[in-house]
Amino acid sequence: MKFLFDSDTWQEIYGGIRKNKTRTIITIIGVLWGIFLLVVLLGAARGMENNFKNLFGDFATNSVFVWAQRTDKPFKGFQKGRRVRLTTNDVEVLKNEYDQIKFLAPRSQTNSTITNGFKSGDFNVNGDYPVLDQVQKKELVYGRFLNDNDIKLKSKVCVIEEEIYKQLFEKNENPIGQYVIISNINYKVVGVYKSGNIDFDGQATYIPFTTFQQVYNRANRIGWMMITAKDGYDIKQLETDIKLTLKNLHKVDPEDERAFGSFNMAVEIGKITGFLTGMQFLTWFVGIATLIAGVFAIGNILLITVKERTKEIGIRRAIGATPASVRQQVILESVFLTTIAGMLGIVFGGIILFIMDSTVGSGPDPTLLNPTVSITIVLIAFLVLAILGTLIGLIPAYMATLVKPIEALRDE
Amino acid sequence: MIRIKNLHKSYPIGKDSLHVLKGIDLHIKEGEFVSIMGSSGSGKSTLLNIVGLLDEHDAGDYHLNGQLIKNLNEKKAAVLRNKFLGFVFQSFNLISYKTALENVALPLYYKGMGRKERQRIALEYLDKVGLKDWASHLPNELSGGQKQRVAIARALVTKPKVVLADEPTGALDSTTTDSVMDLLKDINDEGMTVFVITHEEEVAAQTKRVVRLKDGVIISDSADASVGVKSEAI
Repeated sequence: MKFLFDSDTWQEIYGGIRKNKTRTIITIIGVLWGIFLLVVLLGAARGMENNFKNLFGDFATNSVFVWAQRTDKPFKGFQKGRRVRLTTNDVEVLKNEYDQIKFLAPRSQTNSTITNGFKSGDFNVNGDYPVLDQVQKKELVYGRFLNDNDIKLKSKVCVIEEEIYKQLFEKNENPIGQYVIISNINYKVVGVYKSGNIDFDGQATYIPFTTFQQVYNRANRIGWMMITAKDGYDIKQLETDIKLTLKNLHKVDPEDERAFGSFNMAVEIGKITGFLTGMQFLTWFVGIATLIAGVFAIGNILLITVKERTKEIGIRRAIGATPASVRQQVILESVFLTTIAGMLGIVFGGIILFIMDSTVGSGPDPTLLNPTVSITIVLIAFLVLAILGTLIGLIPAYMATLVKPIEALRDE
Repeated sequence: MIRIKNLHKSYPIGKDSLHVLKGIDLHIKEGEFVSIMGSSGSGKSTLLNIVGLLDEHDAGDYHLNGQLIKNLNEKKAAVLRNKFLGFVFQSFNLISYKTALENVALPLYYKGMGRKERQRIALEYLDKVGLKDWASHLPNELSGGQKQRVAIARALVTKPKVVLADEPTGALDSTTTDSVMDLLKDINDEGMTVFVITHEEEVAAQTKRVVRLKDGVIISDSADASVGVKSEAI
């Protein structure tokens, strides 16, 4: 391996490469293009993934939403088509029965006109527990979210969405402590939040769950519940179990698929993750295939070069070059070209990723968030490239050793 | 220095084989200046290739510097060429993208000599052939005669035992031919064995011993009187 650190070896290679600039450039472009594509595609795929992660970031992804509908099967003397309703009792039973539950947020929902002075609009009004903030992180612009005290005191307070604030208040007006009228009752605004990229509630106003139940006369009936599983538990299994418990509580046929509806976040996100995995596979496939094509181009061109340089190789042999030294030179040329091309490809790829980042990668709604390629992957790609360069260089190197000095010198 | 006994060489041509060398006996002592004369097809180039370890003989014995040449692999041949032989070709065979100095220094590179020493020695030899000022020029910036002198410097740089010249003046005009021959004479005067192949009478006339080859056999040898030498041990 000593020859690798010998400046003479590199002098020889430099001479050989400089001799034919066109072929050097064309050779380099082949591999450069391959690794460039790999870097850019991987970066873009990562950007896309980051973007999705960001969209779901504020959301407890191992969550399931459960609500009640009408039964589909007669059971224990009940006719089919019976209306089932979730109750606060169900919430207590589930909380006691399932250790796997991290959060359980019951909710009741209605639609109402909200008025502030002369301004008004129709919005969703949700009765919620403070725990909602942990299932669906609320980014507060002003004030606070609902708290346990509000629940206990059945306070007439509300947290409104930023758009609602804009519609009901003057610009830059401080809404905290002001009163808005919802269904003819005054509520004090305690907070303004900004809805995230993915928000199932849309532009909603939150009031304490207990207040909601009383004001809208819901007694113990609730609209639906959001359940988040503790880390490490299978949310899909939990969903099935909970629905069975609910069917038991409400005297519904265990086979009845319609009585309770549910929406499993994990399953939905799984679909997107699957898509991302597919994208990544495609990226790797395309990138590596292009890279291999590029390396083969190098091998091909070196093979032609060996033919072209038959005479030179013959001269070198006549003045004392051993077959090993000829082979070594051709292989090193191959490795040198591939690694130089690889480095350039990585640099250009990096520049493109940088441009991507500064154009579509930032702002409030980026297409590709933080498109990057990890150094490890780049280094591995680089190493693979060097190895491929060596392997492909073996073919022309072998051809070069077959050159007989006498035939080469006769070749006029 | 070079001792050849009953050397045979044939090349396959299709189904037949062409018998080029038909039993050559030749003994060249150290310090001789020998020319091999012959028309094209007489086998003189084949003889040079075998002597120069660029080709293998079919039958007979060949001793170079007392060493029997037999079943050489490419690596051994390369080492021996580098150690004992210097080549001068008709078409110069300089490497086009290397300067005169680099061309001269190349055999030393394959010998494994350090860069600085290599360059110093190469420059010394360029000076010897009168081209010190042209050291940094590429071959295509040199005249034919200059190129051949660079090639001679390259052949000499490893201090070989024998310089083998294949039609060294074949591509040169008469003036430069003379200057190249003068150079070869000077080298010989310093004690180097020089082995020239030519078909030009004027060139052969300047050597000390002329061996004429025709159809693969030696037809005359100006040192014939020294036949007795052949039987002498080296």
